[in-house]
Amino acid sequence: MSGNHTIGEAAIRAGCKCYFGYPITPQNELGEYMAANLRRAGGVFVQSESETAAINMVVGGAATGARVMTSSSSPGISLKQEGISFLAGFELPAVIVNMMRGGPGMGNIAPAQGDYYQATRGGGHGDYRTPVLAPASVQELADLTMEAFNIADRYRTPVMLIGDGMMGQMKEPVVFPEPVKEFPEKKWALKGRGEGPSRYLASLILDGLEMERHNWKLVRKYQEIAERETRYELYLMEDADFAIVAYGTTARICKGAIKRARREGIRVGLIRPITLFPFPTKVLQEIAHRVKNFLVFEMSTGQMVDDVKLALADYQVDIAFHGRPGGVIPTPLEFARVINRHYLRMKK
Amino acid sequence: MKLENQWPKYYKKNVVTHYCPGCGHGIVHRIIAEVLEELDVGKRALLVCPAGCAVLAYHYLDIDVIESAHGRGTAIATGVSRANPDLFVISYQGDGDLSAIGTAETIHSANRGENITVIFINNAVYGMTGGQMAPTTLLDQGTTTSPLGRNAALDGYPLHITDVVAAFPGVAYAERVTVATPGGIKKTKKAITNAFQTQIEGLGYSIVEVLSPCPTNWKMTPLQACRWVVEEMSKEYKPGLLTDKREEKRKLKA
Amino acid sequence: MSKKDKVFTVKIRRDYCKGCGLCIEFCKQDVLQASANMNSMGYHYAEPAQPESCIGCMICTMVCPDLAVEVYSE
Repeated sequence: MSGNHTIGEAAIRAGCKCYFGYPITPQNELGEYMAANLRRAGGVFVQSESETAAINMVVGGAATGARVMTSSSSPGISLKQEGISFLAGFELPAVIVNMMRGGPGMGNIAPAQGDYYQATRGGGHGDYRTPVLAPASVQELADLTMEAFNIADRYRTPVMLIGDGMMGQMKEPVVFPEPVKEFPEKKWALKGRGEGPSRYLASLILDGLEMERHNWKLVRKYQEIAERETRYELYLMEDADFAIVAYGTTARICKGAIKRARREGIRVGLIRPITLFPFPTKVLQEIAHRVKNFLVFEMSTGQMVDDVKLALADYQVDIAFHGRPGGVIPTPLEFARVINRHYLRMKK
Repeated sequence: MKLENQWPKYYKKNVVTHYCPGCGHGIVHRIIAEVLEELDVGKRALLVCPAGCAVLAYHYLDIDVIESAHGRGTAIATGVSRANPDLFVISYQGDGDLSAIGTAETIHSANRGENITVIFINNAVYGMTGGQMAPTTLLDQGTTTSPLGRNAALDGYPLHITDVVAAFPGVAYAERVTVATPGGIKKTKKAITNAFQTQIEGLGYSIVEVLSPCPTNWKMTPLQACRWVVEEMSKEYKPGLLTDKREEKRKLKA
Repeated sequence: MSKKDKVFTVKIRRDYCKGCGLCIEFCKQDVLQASANMNSMGYHYAEPAQPESCIGCMICTMVCPDLAVEVYSE
């Protein structure tokens, strides 16, 4: 099954009731899947007039307590940032999929990882963050899509699932988890006041001190998410004296490169952040006690490398970077050569 | 002694609004609360309040409310209404919100015939930001960003957005009214009642445009502002029924 | 009891009134006037000047943007 279709099927199985979206390559198959299958499952599919409208439909749907999602690709995600900021301010759960493409501007439609900063730093206006999940296989797309809805509900926050054109288009076998039958109760959801008191959702907090309290409350929530939801994969790190850090598509390519390098006797392993926010800082620090050389691979000019540097600021380690931005997909051979070069330098 | 005008059930008690003296928002809020009570839909109502002076409507109306980003009211209302069709959804918006930054949302929610009601407050200026020119500002009307008066060659013409959406097949009911005279206020209540009933019957999109005085930004007394609505604004934006397709929609439904 | 037989009394919720004067202007019976005194918000609130002239038309309650006018009947 293709990555984009997989996200759609997993979302339906996670109990996603509404999908709101606008066409943009390379994620159109997801919207198309929802138009056919979510409606058939009794859910709501609306092709909106714009990305901004789509994310605000998500705001409305989420406010009623329904599981809702939208998806787009880089330029469309830029347009959605206003709504994502409101979701964070309102503390509304929602899932946003970004199948990244080359940029800036119109860029192209080839796979890239240039939206790392935007995704992990909040992206829109104001002081907030969004949990970001970065799958690296179609199976993981299914699992993490379902988990994204859980995290969103558990912490009342928008959650971003970030991939790229390659993740969306590639086909792999996938085993779907059973459909979710029971959903968490959402006491905060707006359902009309009924016989009770009226309620409202507002992100306008005119009093500075009160706004500050709200900001710190969000920070405490993000700290809790960091403690409980940080995910990563370690690949061949047991005996490694050289660590690659890469996520998503790049991490897949790295695995091939690492196999090649290992055949030449290089003891190299991979640290793959699965959550980009929260970033797996602790595991990097633990590894930095024995590994002194890190090499960060990204399909960008270097964004996640900053988080690696922040994580290891107090450690005497060497952090190198190799990037292929703009929609260029590196090969395992290219990465293996880069690993080799850095390994030789390291051994000097 | 009997109190002839009971405090509306869905209007919060013991609150004084932040609106300026003579502002039309208070009248429209009260009418909404009254009609919600008369049609018995307040319990399942969800109001989307806009960016603008009415952003604090949740402090006044005693129903569930969600705030909207500037211009996105009808997108949020679409999401609410689609996710939970049992809710009675009102999008309350001003002229800058609905006919400038939110034009796309307005046009397309109307074109989809969403089963929502839009209350459109047209006061020909951006009120909360201090009286800048709006798409609805009249020609020659002075505002802080059209200090010499709105000039068609530079600033374009007053935008008749309700007339535009009234032409859409998805729009079941559209009327323009004023709250500048007692007669206008009566008609406003009737129009809002019709619009709400349209939604209750599930006939699709309904919109009521209310020409509403903004004495502060017009730099007039409340009475002068009411006169200006009647004598100037109503010439550009003629009050009256713009479309009523409820009967044909009822037939289609049957 | 028909409307004609009723006696109407207008009362102003003084601290709700913003002194916009619309009730005063639109009252055909000249029942109301602006008070010389100010309320807690600093507005010259409306007050009944000729309460006996009220015919219960309710126009003052309709034009008031602040729910500041009460009309009683007996």
